[in-house]
Amino acid sequence: MIPGRFEYHQPDSVPAAVGLLSDLGDEARVIAGGHSLIPMMKLRLAMPEHLIDLRAIDSLKQISVAGSTVTIGAMATQSDLIDSTELATAAPIVRETALQIADPQVRYVGTIGGNVANGDPGNDMPALMQCLNASFHLHGPDGERQVPAREFYEAAYFTARDDLEILTGISFPACEGGYAYEKQKRKIGDYATAAAAVLLSKAADSSCSQAAIALTNLADTPLYCQEASDHLVQSGVTDASIDAAVQSALGQIEPVDDNRGPVEFKKHAAKVILKRAIENAWARA
Amino acid sequence: MSKTKLTLNVNGKSVEAEAEPRELLIHVLREQLEITGPHIGCETSHCGACTVEIDGRSVKSCTMFAIQAQGTEITTIEGLGNPDKLHVLQEKFKEHHGLQCGYCTPGMITRAHRLLEENPNPTEEDVRFGIAGNLCRCTGYQNIVKAVLAAADELNQPEAVA
Repeated sequence: MIPGRFEYHQPDSVPAAVGLLSDLGDEARVIAGGHSLIPMMKLRLAMPEHLIDLRAIDSLKQISVAGSTVTIGAMATQSDLIDSTELATAAPIVRETALQIADPQVRYVGTIGGNVANGDPGNDMPALMQCLNASFHLHGPDGERQVPAREFYEAAYFTARDDLEILTGISFPACEGGYAYEKQKRKIGDYATAAAAVLLSKAADSSCSQAAIALTNLADTPLYCQEASDHLVQSGVTDASIDAAVQSALGQIEPVDDNRGPVEFKKHAAKVILKRAIENAWARA
Repeated sequence: MSKTKLTLNVNGKSVEAEAEPRELLIHVLREQLEITGPHIGCETSHCGACTVEIDGRSVKSCTMFAIQAQGTEITTIEGLGNPDKLHVLQEKFKEHHGLQCGYCTPGMITRAHRLLEENPNPTEEDVRFGIAGNLCRCTGYQNIVKAVLAAADELNQPEAVA
């Protein structure tokens, strides 16, 4: 399978990349790791006339933890996330999630920026970013703006990113407490049948002081489950409150029938996975 | 679309090629450089038959444009061993019947090579997780995993005293 013809551009800075995108408009696509875009181009589902490759922009590969804020450049690969000792301390759930994405070869090349910007409901990082309450940094012709991950996703492949903007990085508060990313998939390398990201903090009196829950691939966008999260904080984490939180989250999902199974099966998988994620996060809190 | 001149270091040798932007690395390796160890399998980034090593990372060369490899160091199965002197991994795949049809083997061994560079003492689970991006439709993997573990053992033996 050979992609259609295109011109290749390799800018060496963010302003140069934004400038190119502004000049070339909707005939251009930005490429990060390319592990979503190149297969789409081979199938001719994407036929950009220009590719703007971000690989030469070293500033986009940084991972830093300053105070209690974690900042990750869009071009950090999944294996960069896995190997980062700073990140393993500040947000171990990122490593736990990245290890469940695709396979080793894809993780060496696939980037966090591509994973969150693409808007594919099967991607794992979007729900994790909602769970972490991350902000996405977008650079466009009018400068930089930030959009919360919880407001970024509009529909499958539709996001709040303007066509002339480039997602350059992500920031989120360092995590406290327990965490879990649980994913049900048919085989290693597959997208989730159902996956859940959970962060829980335990107070000195064993009450739940903070909770965040988000789900992957159970609707056409990632789902942040505010009500389910609030319920755990209000009621504490008990068998009964976990069941109630899971029921609340299940009320939000809209899975579709596909080769990963019928709707009923996906609801079942979502229930099992979310319960497991909450229990696991609480045990680590 | 005009072609770009590429300078690559493949298996320790500096080589030149010309490619238009849409040419995938696997095609340039196989068709221009006649390096036919990396195979074209699924063409959809799943099977790993096209795996090569680029600057110390295992990469599916069907999912990278050749132009993106400009200036990189690439190792393919041809760079690991040859018929006169097999690489330890090749020896062990032979010994443990880690291949049947052989189609996946170059990618499998190239990936296993990087895995052992990064983790010289893998557990069986590490090996299975580490080669999860390479599919084999013959062996059922059991003997591939045995071969990789045996290669790790051998590579960890102290050098024999002459």
